[in-house]
Amino acid sequence: MPDRYRVAIVGSGPAGLSAAARAAELGMSHVLIEKTDHLSDTIFKYQKGKHVMATPSNLVLRSDLDFDAGKREAILDTWDRQVEERQVNVKLDAEVVEITGETGAFEIKTKKGETIEAEAVVLAIGTQGNPNLLRIPGADLPHIQYQLDDPGEYFDEHITVIGSGDAGIENALGLAADPAQRNTVSILNRRAEFARAKEANVKLLEEAEADGRISVRRETNPAEVRPGELVLDTRDGQETIRCDRIIARTGSQPPRAFVEAIGIGFTSEDRAAFPQLSPSFETTKNGIHVIGALAGYPLIKHCMNQGYDVIEFLNGNTGLKPADEPILAEKFAALPGNRSVDEWLDTFRSNVVILQELSPLQMRELMLDSEVAYYDTGEVIFVRNDPGSSMFAIAEGSVAVEVDSEDPSITVPIEQGSIFGEVGLISGRRRGSTIRTAQPTVVMELSRTAALKLVATTPSANRAVNRITIERQLLQMFGSGLAKEDVAELVEAAETLEVRAGEKVIEEGAEDKDVYVIQRGSMIVEKDIGGHPVFLSYVPAGSYVGEMAVVDGSPRSATVRAAIKSEVVRFPGEAFNRLLTRNPRLFERVREDMASRRDINRFIEGQKHSFGGAVDMYSATAQFLIDNGIGEATDVLLIDETLCVGCDNCEKACADSHDGLSRLDREAGRTYAHLHVPTSCRHCEHPHCMADCPPNAIKRGPDGEVFIDETCIGCGNCQRNCPYDVIRMDPKPPKKPSLLSWLLFGRGPGPGEASYEWRKEHGDQDAAKVAIKCDMCAGIEGGPACVRACPTGAAIRVAPEKFLTYTKLTENGS
Amino acid sequence: MASVPDSDFAFHEKRRDTDHESFLAHRRFRWLKLATALCVAAVASYFLVDVEPRHNGGSWYGYTLGTIGLGLIVWLSLLGIRKRRISEGRWSLKAWTSAHVYLGLALVVIGTLHTGFQLGWNVHTLAWALMLLVIVSGLYGIVVYATLPSALSDNSREMTRREMVEAVEAIDRQVEKAAQPLGREQADLVIAALDEDIFHAGVLARLSGRHTYCRTTRALENLAHGVRDEATDKVRSLLGRRKAQLDQIRRHMKIRARLEVWLYIHVPATIALLAALTAHVVSVFYYW
Ligand SMILES: Cc1cc2nc3c(=O)[nH]c(=O)nc-3n(C[C@H](O)[C@H](O)[C@H](O)COP(=O)(O)OP(=O)(O)OC[C@H]3O[C@@H](n4cnc5c(N)ncnc54)[C@H](O)[C@@H]3O)c2cc1C
Ligand code: HEM
Ligand code: SF4
Ligand code: SF4
Ligand code: SF4
Repeated sequence: MPDRYRVAIVGSGPAGLSAAARAAELGMSHVLIEKTDHLSDTIFKYQKGKHVMATPSNLVLRSDLDFDAGKREAILDTWDRQVEERQVNVKLDAEVVEITGETGAFEIKTKKGETIEAEAVVLAIGTQGNPNLLRIPGADLPHIQYQLDDPGEYFDEHITVIGSGDAGIENALGLAADPAQRNTVSILNRRAEFARAKEANVKLLEEAEADGRISVRRETNPAEVRPGELVLDTRDGQETIRCDRIIARTGSQPPRAFVEAIGIGFTSEDRAAFPQLSPSFETTKNGIHVIGALAGYPLIKHCMNQGYDVIEFLNGNTGLKPADEPILAEKFAALPGNRSVDEWLDTFRSNVVILQELSPLQMRELMLDSEVAYYDTGEVIFVRNDPGSSMFAIAEGSVAVEVDSEDPSITVPIEQGSIFGEVGLISGRRRGSTIRTAQPTVVMELSRTAALKLVATTPSANRAVNRITIERQLLQMFGSGLAKEDVAELVEAAETLEVRAGEKVIEEGAEDKDVYVIQRGSMIVEKDIGGHPVFLSYVPAGSYVGEMAVVDGSPRSATVRAAIKSEVVRFPGEAFNRLLTRNPRLFERVREDMASRRDINRFIEGQKHSFGGAVDMYSATAQFLIDNGIGEATDVLLIDETLCVGCDNCEKACADSHDGLSRLDREAGRTYAHLHVPTSCRHCEHPHCMADCPPNAIKRGPDGEVFIDETCIGCGNCQRNCPYDVIRMDPKPPKKPSLLSWLLFGRGPGPGEASYEWRKEHGDQDAAKVAIKCDMCAGIEGGPACVRACPTGAAIRVAPEKFLTYTKLTENGS
Repeated sequence: MASVPDSDFAFHEKRRDTDHESFLAHRRFRWLKLATALCVAAVASYFLVDVEPRHNGGSWYGYTLGTIGLGLIVWLSLLGIRKRRISEGRWSLKAWTSAHVYLGLALVVIGTLHTGFQLGWNVHTLAWALMLLVIVSGLYGIVVYATLPSALSDNSREMTRREMVEAVEAIDRQVEKAAQPLGREQADLVIAALDEDIFHAGVLARLSGRHTYCRTTRALENLAHGVRDEATDKVRSLLGRRKAQLDQIRRHMKIRARLEVWLYIHVPATIALLAALTAHVVSVFYYW
């Protein structure tokens, strides 16, 4: 063993493994340091038998280790074997806790107190982080564990689960599932409510509690761990219970703090930010490199390629082209001028303002998630009211915005280097105007995910996008006749605020005079009538509120509060007033808007006396819908239970038009006043499900639908992230015999989703489970099958701003 | 070159924002109006057209009505296929049902005028009678479709069928534990109650919702008369909850049965009707 290795690789996931294998192949002195007692812990922890996917399929694998789609076990076995064969120097059970020193002489300390020296370090520790440890006396006892692999493996034990999130609840349920195991299971919750967990899990837990299968201890904290015992702090004082095993699931610490302590800089403060990297994966701390999921590349293939590349770079191979080069070359092939990939990357980076601070590596990654296109003069890029949440940047040329829907000749130019389409990105709403090229133009279209990541991780891009958004939104909202200069004062004074769901932006009776533009999320307007709040209207993103008080100087006439977590921009009333005085036409428009809002308010107030019940019902129904996610929906399935005969034809139709699996559960879900919100996708404006999808397989389609494409790797993140529980994980079922042969000869399971048993018996045993959800029947002529197949008209799909109106709601409520 | 997206906002909005109208009121009663017009035209022409010696199915006028009627019946029967064939296209089952109901009712007039009121004991009259049977059962159908859904919704109290069954199972596990200290006779009663298959019920019991031989009820009654100690009280309260849960399931089954029972007449009678019609048409042409 040398005193000092050429390279130390920390973490043996696909990235670290591939790096170590490359180093071994090159004969470079190396060590692969792994925290656990096995290789590749993240993949090790996948569900048993999980089908691991090898996406993106157009990316070639460049590694000394093999990797192809297949079962988790097979992949881990191959790696174990090949690591052995290639004589990779592995050090297991060694958690790195500190890295000090400078390039050429790093000291790597492990938890056990060992020190390893290396000239260079490759950090490939992934993003799983470390579980939060218990910090009470006795926390170092061996019967405490922070993970539960197989709940079926424990018998006759008294087990306490600590933690009230989904992981804890699922573990507790698993341990108590089979009475034959005879475990006595308790779960501790610091609070009285299980607020952090999904409703479905809480419901299951409450059932288990009622059955006496799990003892749920609320407002209870662990105080001390003793062998065979656990001391609890309860509301009524201390209590000691028998306890053979403790499973602590109190969340985990992301690895960021550890990485920063080494001296590595991140691109921004945002939680989603990654370490700042050079094209050869070097961090701001010279000599330390970051690859894999920690570098922002969460797919196994990417990770393995980077492992190979980083070692090649360290070995002095500077001419190495990244493995994604052919993919980029194909993207740029459609552009004129025969420029190389590097030239194009450079053109985009230097010409587009929001990209200027990106590193070449970040630029490459962004480009992989984006599209480029060339347009001749006068071509349309998108049309007003198109759905779409991507953002465009102009690398060369310029475009004209048709700001007036009536008169396409009124346009506003957007010059080279600027962006457009950002309103759809931020608010999730449809395109506000038509965009046409003014000269031959090269544009880059950033997918929503790519654009959001850019904004979150690059402060300068964030500021630029924000400013442009505010300016454009003002121009768009107030229609034609205004120029940039007119709103400059407002843009300057604008202040962006985050508002929690339910938080008030404007309070009835208050004297403040600010105007608010809703940038994302939505608001509801309420008025206090006879002592309780009455719902007046629903205000979607892209609208403004608060102008009445400014225009006529009166106190606030109603309360405006956020329906969901939202973002608003506040403008000082005086500046808004000055804008109005300078622009009589605008003043007229605002007055008209106000008059119609006033009419509605007056109408509802008038109704209150004659039909008090209807108005109350209206408010309650609106609140019910908002509570069920309609405030963030763009399109939602509702069922009028005064009409639904329970035939389930909607579910059957959904299954029959989508590979035989239904994407909606009619019965499940909440009901109020016979209005039922079934478990089915709301096509959220800002879909939570998209947040954490390694292959970016969740997209928004041309009809505004949120759909999952075939690159899904079945990791289940979206299922966990969707607050409405509408995503299911299932393998694609076998094809059924035709309807006719069922009708005539009774062949096959008949219309609708086949039973689980039938699918299992006739299906491909190895088919991978993937995430499936409603795609709004995109591409199916005639539209949503669930609605078309309802014989009574009970099933309807609605957009919230169309439905949350007085007439529609009373139609239902009464 | 990126393609130019073609947008049709109005189309997408329409596709999505379905009109909220029941099948009976569909498109402001379009099919009711059409069916009424059809009936009025049929009745008026019946009196205007002079057929010698008297109206019957064999005149040109009778043939016209007969053809319309036959066409309607065949089309009405196709609803069974439409409902299950979820093909693409701008059709909606609601529109089909709406037309089905009103045109089906119009058949009373058209079919009856077609007979020229010449009824007897033959295959022709059998076809007419079967048609009426289908129509009458259909009438019952729309009455229950219009009145029962809210009751179904109220009864379910946001529980799915599966949750209702799981709730019974959960109570059963508790009953089993609680019944341990009970005497032999009482324990047997309780066990008998738990063993009862909740879905085993005759047609009448299902439709009426009255389950006279419910073992849970009997166990409850028996426990009420016996000794009162802590253990029996516990079992009694649990059985009470079980009974309440069973009642919910039974009410659900009752409403669902009432919503569906008529189809067991409507559909077989339709098939019989189609058979009788074939015989009717064949015999008419055969004896021509
Ligand atoms: C459920 C699930 C399913 C997935 N399915 C797929 C799929 O089908 N296809 C696909 O391409 N991707 C999939 N992914 C994503 C993929 O697994 C990860 O992105 C990938 O494993 C990341 O690789 P990595 O090498 O960067 O880090 P990891 O695989 O996370 O490996 C990091 C390693 O470092 C070790 N480590 C951490 N800290 C230290 C320390 N301080 N000292 C020493 N060692 C340390 C860890 O124990 C671990 O072994 C899935 C992810 C999940 C969660
Ligand atoms: C001779 C005339 C008629 C024929 C041949 C006919 C035939 C049918 C058939 C084959 C079905 C499909 C049942 C299934 O597959 O589930 C059906 C359904 C139905 N029929 Fe009729 N029918 C007739 C008249 C009527 C009338 C007059 C009414 C109402 C007044 C009516 C009301 C209905 C209703 C409500 C349905 C159920 C729709 C659904 O739930 O999908 N029918 N009919
Ligand atoms: S198809 Fe319509 S009536 Fe049938 S279950 Fe679905 S919503 Fe209810
Ligand atoms: S899957 Fe869930 S989070 Fe995603 S759009 Fe649908 S409802 Fe929203
Ligand atoms: S819109 Fe289509 S995919 Fe979505 S629930 Fe309805 S039938 Fe299923």
